[in-house]
Amino acid sequence: MLRISEHPILTFKHGQQVAFRYDGQELVGYEGETIAAALHAAGVKVLRKSTVLHRPRGFFCAIGTCSSCLMKVNGEPNVRVCVEKLKAGMVIETQQGKGDLREDV
Amino acid sequence: MRMFDVCIIGGGPAGLKAAIAAGSQGLSVVLMDDADHLGGQLVKQTHMFFGSEQQRAGARGVNIAKELVEQVTSLVNVEVVLCTTALGLYDDLVLTYETEGSYRKLSAKKFIVATGASERMLTFPGNDLPGVYGAGAVQTLMNVYGVKPGNRVLMVGAGNIGLIVSYQLLQAGVEVIAIVEGGPSIGGYLVHASKVRRAGVPILTSHTIKEAVGVNCVEGAIVCELDSQWQPKSGTEQRIDADVICLAVGLSPLTDILWQAECEMVFVPELGGNVAYRDSTMCTSKPHIYVAGDVAGVEEASSAMVEGELAGLCAAKSLGVSGAHLTLQITSARSQLEELRSGPVGDKIRAGLLQAHR
Repeated sequence: MLRISEHPILTFKHGQQVAFRYDGQELVGYEGETIAAALHAAGVKVLRKSTVLHRPRGFFCAIGTCSSCLMKVNGEPNVRVCVEKLKAGMVIETQQGKGDLREDV
Repeated sequence: MRMFDVCIIGGGPAGLKAAIAAGSQGLSVVLMDDADHLGGQLVKQTHMFFGSEQQRAGARGVNIAKELVEQVTSLVNVEVVLCTTALGLYDDLVLTYETEGSYRKLSAKKFIVATGASERMLTFPGNDLPGVYGAGAVQTLMNVYGVKPGNRVLMVGAGNIGLIVSYQLLQAGVEVIAIVEGGPSIGGYLVHASKVRRAGVPILTSHTIKEAVGVNCVEGAIVCELDSQWQPKSGTEQRIDADVICLAVGLSPLTDILWQAECEMVFVPELGGNVAYRDSTMCTSKPHIYVAGDVAGVEEASSAMVEGELAGLCAAKSLGVSGAHLTLQITSARSQLEELRSGPVGDKIRAGLLQAHR
């Protein structure tokens, strides 16, 4: 379990526990934490594959700068899950390739 | 198009103080940040700060952030816009930005760029494996969201960040196997080094990571000794089992918008990389663009705060605000910076600043 239960300095105020889907699996996390934090706590470290060599990629900077953590969220590709907050019922998928622009935009 | 006296890009320690300084002079100020919260990286700093009373020594970063945010939000003439990314800064005093998926513009007489810094990478085979994380990322994960990065961590870098994050990992109940440091001596303050050593974490100086081992995720690392020329000594390789390799190998200023705005830049290794030339008021080669904090040279949060204040005050002065009190505040900010950068620990910064000042 990667959730910190006791800490000498910090108390963690978590949002409501919510369910979300990750590549077909049902997982739970806390509303308001980042998708990457929720996935990491659930033991998911590989967030995507690199586009050319298909090497596994996890998050790296956790502040939305490095683009290592791009995933498909509710059908939208290239979402930086290290800064995007988790909401109940979200559908998170490992992205294949570079992702396409939505045609209706 | 909305018009402001001062627009501040970045709501970390420097940007917050700049907003308070300019806002307190009665100017109309807009403070923008791409994150959904103010405070920048202060929100994950659980350790106590150094410096003197004025720079909040003894306080924890996370609490300093709360206070600064309260001060900013109490100023009615300071508008805060979050989840907003600055895109382009132009000579006709226009800033383009993205917010809620739309592209917009605003105008300001002065801009203070306080965008901070990003983490440096180190080159070694396997450095792209999940489990190789920046030290800031580890702090965000465990100090903001309460999630451990893993169970066994190899820390790379014994500067202040490497030492502090190691200690914070221990506080979170994570094992730190060792800290490797390429240099012959510990870069950070001894008070931080002593804390992790007392907890039983070895600090291996003149050692580096040669390779990350693992298939889908980090499973371990090969570390080796370096000779006085920073070359790996053959036969000294050893395997360390770890599920996280944490890189604390320094920061680089986030200068994209300064390049785009065509500020004159200079490469100063002592300041972390490319930075903008600035004068004693923190004004760049563009008269409408100021810099403050890590983007002007990577330092501690305490100096970033004072620099932000200085930039905010000087921008106000350039807009015609005057008075004995303002002059006094500017003098005080300058002497605080001098004090923070004094002594042998400030040698590097002082040498760097000499190259960036005009």
